[in-house]
Amino acid sequence: MKPEEIYETLVNKFGETVQGFDTELVGDPSILIAPSAIADVCQYLVETDTLRFDSLMCLSGVDLGVKEEVFSIVYHLHSISHRHNVVLKASVPKTDAYLPTVSHIWKTADWHERETYDLYGILFEGHTDLRRILLPDDWEGYPLRKDYQEPDFYRGMRVPY
Amino acid sequence: MESTQQTESKIIELKPFTDEMIVNMGPQHPSTHGVLRLELRLDGEIVREAIPHIGYLHRCFEKHSENLSYPQIIPFTDRMDYVAAMNQNWGFCLAVEKLMAADETKEFAVPERAEYLRVLICELNRIASHLLSFGTYGMDIGAFTPFLYAFRDRERLLLLFEKICGARLTYNYIRIGGVSEIIPLEPGSIAEQNYLDEIEGFLDYFEPKIDEFNDLLTANSIFSERTMRVAVMPAEMAISYGATGPNLRGSGIDWDLRRDEPYSIYDRFDFDVPVAKDIPELGAVVGDCWSRYKIRMDEMKESVKIVRQILAEGLPDGPVMADLKAVRPPKGEIYFRSEAPRGELGFYIVSDGTPKPVRVKGRSPCFSALSALQELSRGLMVADIIAIIGSIDIVMGEVDR
Repeated sequence: MKPEEIYETLVNKFGETVQGFDTELVGDPSILIAPSAIADVCQYLVETDTLRFDSLMCLSGVDLGVKEEVFSIVYHLHSISHRHNVVLKASVPKTDAYLPTVSHIWKTADWHERETYDLYGILFEGHTDLRRILLPDDWEGYPLRKDYQEPDFYRGMRVPY
Repeated sequence: MESTQQTESKIIELKPFTDEMIVNMGPQHPSTHGVLRLELRLDGEIVREAIPHIGYLHRCFEKHSENLSYPQIIPFTDRMDYVAAMNQNWGFCLAVEKLMAADETKEFAVPERAEYLRVLICELNRIASHLLSFGTYGMDIGAFTPFLYAFRDRERLLLLFEKICGARLTYNYIRIGGVSEIIPLEPGSIAEQNYLDEIEGFLDYFEPKIDEFNDLLTANSIFSERTMRVAVMPAEMAISYGATGPNLRGSGIDWDLRRDEPYSIYDRFDFDVPVAKDIPELGAVVGDCWSRYKIRMDEMKESVKIVRQILAEGLPDGPVMADLKAVRPPKGEIYFRSEAPRGELGFYIVSDGTPKPVRVKGRSPCFSALSALQELSRGLMVADIIAIIGSIDIVMGEVDR
């Protein structure tokens, strides 16, 4: 199925929670989803026979700049049985960054969500084990945010080199 | 007095199990292939839970990338999977090139000669990577000799890489728009002929060696006992955990990006995709450690096949670098994945039209495969953990990025 057709299917099923289809940017077109509905949409994409998105290729957080008020979470899905791809995008406000987890749908999302939490501070509601994965547990701040200021010292060691 | 003694003896009878013991394996354990720490909760020799702790090699590649221009990022990708650095360079360059090609206002194509050189070098690099995986896996299980055999042959490959780009491990050879010209290989020159002859010499030497390796380790009864029917990963589990490459094919799924979503010039070559099958006469089942290992052994033969086809055709004439004034992809975003030796290597790039990216995410195949370890190892013996880690073939530089 083409991304346009998948978008049509999702609009028919979920109505207003599917917020739009972004084809303006060069590259992959993406379907914008309301963050609260992301888990339901993903569940539907996996379970429907004509779609069957059985693999989550990549889950990434994006911060476009200091002036932006939202983080985007981008899901790259692929179906091995039907051989088609789709990109989903959800935007959450920076001041209150949380959205439902998809780790019960794809097991690989478990670590990918932990990584996104670790580097962006985005909370995934319903994740069973949301803790830092790449950085030490006592690290302060979320490095991939554009307004991140690196600390001068970490446990007495100089951080900037 | 008598009554207390009775209760105490009852308590002892009611607790026939041993205490759970917590063992830290790593981060400096030689058989964890880098700095991986496993927190093992053991009941005797049975593993109740193996919790991986990663991040000891975290360099924040993604943060660095946001402050560098696109060509400057390529050396950082070298350090991701340092055993197959050519493929990492290529994965990143392919993503940037695809984004640049999506801009219809500018014309841009990678020269033919560069494409051939890329496939040639990356397939040789795949052999080098699988050789390391084969050698260290043997050593993990307790066979020291395969390691020496593998490194002896890998050394010849590293010398070939050194001749073409000057480095043995971190190559920075594949650039956006072509390949590096630091050591020129003029079309039709004696240097080019010598180089190709040398590769052919290596292939003639190496091809029979694969069978020798198989005799040495694959069919070895101790090795088979340690790896067959151990940690079986069913197909659904492999897909759900995002296992890719040899790990996915080891679970019996016929999927290879080089054939199913051909990029570069892979559609011109004829090669097979090895997929695991049940082998009742040996005792192997689809998805066990042995199947994952065997896929890599078979893939080396396929890589040899591809390289031989390139040598038979010869390298086309022409430049090795596209005529690029600046690497400046348009405003947009792309996710591109390629088949690296350890699986599907994806790069997600968000560009705002400036020479520096806004966001680069490396989707590492080892990161996803390693997350399956916790479920795979539940209820097995401690010694099997080593067999699993070796069979999913991880490189920590890529997991931690």
